[in-house]
Amino acid sequence: MLIRPFGINEFWIIVMAAQWTIALSAIAFAGGGVGGLLIALARVSDARWPRLLATGFIRVFQGTPLLMQLFLVFFGMNILGFAINPWIAAAVALTLHASAFLGEIWRGCIEAIPPGQREAATALGLRYFNRMRYIILPQASRIAVAPTVGFLVQLIKGTSLAAIIGFTELTRQGQIINNATFSPFMVFGTVAAVYFVLCWPLSLLARRMEVKFSRSTTR
Amino acid sequence: MYTFNFEPVLAGFDKLLIGAWVTVQLSCAAMVLGLILSILCAAGKTSRVAPLRWVIDAYIEIIRNTPFLVQIFFIFFGLPALGIRLSPNSAALVALVVNFGAYGTEIIRAGIESIQKGQVEAGTALGLSKLQIFRYIIMKPALRTVYPALTSQFIYLMLTSSVVSAISADDLAAAGNDLQSATFASFEVYIVITAMYLIMSIGFSAIFSMIEKAAFRYPLSR
Repeated sequence: MLIRPFGINEFWIIVMAAQWTIALSAIAFAGGGVGGLLIALARVSDARWPRLLATGFIRVFQGTPLLMQLFLVFFGMNILGFAINPWIAAAVALTLHASAFLGEIWRGCIEAIPPGQREAATALGLRYFNRMRYIILPQASRIAVAPTVGFLVQLIKGTSLAAIIGFTELTRQGQIINNATFSPFMVFGTVAAVYFVLCWPLSLLARRMEVKFSRSTTR
Repeated sequence: MYTFNFEPVLAGFDKLLIGAWVTVQLSCAAMVLGLILSILCAAGKTSRVAPLRWVIDAYIEIIRNTPFLVQIFFIFFGLPALGIRLSPNSAALVALVVNFGAYGTEIIRAGIESIQKGQVEAGTALGLSKLQIFRYIIMKPALRTVYPALTSQFIYLMLTSSVVSAISADDLAAAGNDLQSATFASFEVYIVITAMYLIMSIGFSAIFSMIEKAAFRYPLSR
């Protein structure tokens, strides 16, 4: 059996695999952004059923492991008659996961807007859509930026679980290289370093925005 | 059309229950040890020795900005290179403690920072001893302030612990993997396991809110 040493080539293969981690995170974040907005709006709706459904959706996705969500979508696709495809399964599962978390984060941001704003908008004759579009959401989005960036870090880390269902992103590429080189210390050290380079700037950004925001509001 | 078949899942349900018990034990042990680590690190961050603070900061940032799966691979596969060889279950516990410690430190620190200096001075003026001040004036209100954050971090820890199945520890998710590969009833197995995790997280939330009502019942006035 041939054992390759861990060299510069192996290092670059791992670093290049980060593109799949980034792509998966971007898809899940975009999909989760749309889903999260719908969930958040349903969650603060005056109608009972959308509110209950959104609450149930959030409870289930926040109360179960992401790994199980991935497995269920992965094997569920088969039941629905689609061919099993780790790439699509990971994208769908992470999108649903992100929708639930972003929905809950944004609900908090919408509820943080003083009720007077909504009442004033209604008094000015704005209907639901325009009220949300011009009065509530622009103000809520300012509060939302910092925790949303914070969640993006959690999402990027979450994409690593796609490795377990066989999608070759950063972590899975690390496992493959490790099987060929048997130098787990170097391999997983490199993998961890790449994640760190992706996540740390975002964490710092989120923290800085949080501090800036709390200063601007406590005056 | 797919027909669901839950019989193999019911036949192996005792194995899933054992797995769930391991998950509960693993999570509780990790929380207790992780809390101790968090309190030590939070105390260390107030230290005057700068390198100690840097090491703790580096630890927190590294853990919070890398995935748990990579951390557990590093501990389970990487540490033997340094001569530290752990069984899957101990590697899982170590990884969970190290992971929880990083998040817990920040939570505890926020709690201690929320105590105003005047509170401690008032305690001194009332003639309380140092230990009494630490216990009643700093730790108890600090814990009450961060209690919700700590409990949701614990539930997150329990859900994260499913990832230790990747190094074949004996937890619920791993019990599910075994049952799945023996019966091929993949979807049925995982839907049951997901429901079990959901029940555990709802159950722990209920227990935590009962503890909160019992332990922090004195009135809040600020």
